[in-house]
Amino acid sequence: MQTVAVVDYGMGNLHSVAKALEQVGGGSARVRVSAEPAVIGNADRVVVPGQGAARDCMQALQKRRLIGAVKDALATRPFLGICMGLQLLLETSDENGGVDLLGFYAGRVRGFSDSLSAGHNLKIPHMGWNNVRQERVHPLFADIDDGARFYFVHSYFVVPEEAGLGVASAEYGMRFCCALASENVFACQFHPEKSAADGLRLLRNFLSWDGAC
Amino acid sequence: MGLAKRVIPCLDVDGGRVVKGVRFIDIRDAGDPVEIARRYDKEGADELTFLDITASSEQRDTMVHVVEQVAAEVFIPLTVGGGIRKVEDVRRMLNAGADKVSINTAAVFTPDIVAEAAGKVGSQCIVVAIDAKRVPGAQRWEIYTHGGREATGVDALEWAVKMAELGAGEILLTSMDRDGTKRGFDVALTRAVADAVPVPVIASGGVGSLQHLCEGVTAGGADAVLAASIFHFGEYTIAEAKQCMASQGIEVRQ
Repeated sequence: MQTVAVVDYGMGNLHSVAKALEQVGGGSARVRVSAEPAVIGNADRVVVPGQGAARDCMQALQKRRLIGAVKDALATRPFLGICMGLQLLLETSDENGGVDLLGFYAGRVRGFSDSLSAGHNLKIPHMGWNNVRQERVHPLFADIDDGARFYFVHSYFVVPEEAGLGVASAEYGMRFCCALASENVFACQFHPEKSAADGLRLLRNFLSWDGAC
Repeated sequence: MGLAKRVIPCLDVDGGRVVKGVRFIDIRDAGDPVEIARRYDKEGADELTFLDITASSEQRDTMVHVVEQVAAEVFIPLTVGGGIRKVEDVRRMLNAGADKVSINTAAVFTPDIVAEAAGKVGSQCIVVAIDAKRVPGAQRWEIYTHGGREATGVDALEWAVKMAELGAGEILLTSMDRDGTKRGFDVALTRAVADAVPVPVIASGGVGSLQHLCEGVTAGGADAVLAASIFHFGEYTIAEAKQCMASQGIEVRQ
């Protein structure tokens, strides 16, 4: 039986992510919510969820000595980042006056409030169900319609230096990148664990993904 | 294409059971939160709100179990309100699987729980519920506590702005004049608050028809509409609500 580690660094709702993975795994995947580098290191697949402020998330990862385990997973196994688990992969975030991130991808994380044109009347956070445009084919989008709605809740978004890394985008006052993918890594701004049938489909695809694009 | 306006059924829970008679003919147990949540998810609800109306504090733990059970089976956003007094209560609900916790006006009078909670768990998890009542003969509203029985003298608009500044990620706005009347939202109130705060606003109180839901969005400017009885009693399905909204040009998830 394959094992899936959900990295627990004390930030956000891990319960839902774990339950959703269990549901789609249907007994074929052992899901472990863990803060142990050894458990994460031994898992076949790794999921990094997360909510909250960028600085708190980075500090929590450091404090729990999980950065090594996360970087190792990024380099070696099927990896799914969700929400903060996407943003952490960039180099820096504008949140909290500037925060250094993991730097796995070149680029930064910007805020909607600084990016939307003056006079916009959009609410921040960007909260609710938005259409996700698939910019290219990816195994995790198998059987999911292009433009299907997923649930978002965030005030910051990723701007990768290499635009080709973007695998999906959404529109909120402007078009922004809402998922990045390369080799064995897929990371999305939206919450598949809260996106009903299409979200569960994406998670199911993740569990059967061989880690190739 | 773009962000959809949300339709949110609201369920009252007492001692772990859904009350106020949800009447789905094809449901086995009308009081089972999990079964009802599953049903609404299937109908296309965008979120679910559970309001704990349990009177005794000893039974508060029951709500945690309800949240755990629902979150383990229904994969759409879940908001829990009622009886949230401390940051610890917020954390407990989030750990159980809630995505957002609604703090009501009464709790807000204890110092800075909104700021403290938002600082600890993030604004996106904190909903502030405001019960507002129109000041007779004036185009202004006052906030009320204790289910609309006690006036506070505090202006609802100013309060909403202050809550957003303190870190509320969303405002759940209920008109006490309209709640339970089926006469529709207080659209002027909804519009005034939606225009005043930078965070999303959920309109609540008074829905009696599908047209009312549409008005909350079009005239009221709400980002989401919440209703209880019209869905519970099988008068309308969520899907019908969305069809009606879509036919009036409102972006919905269908």
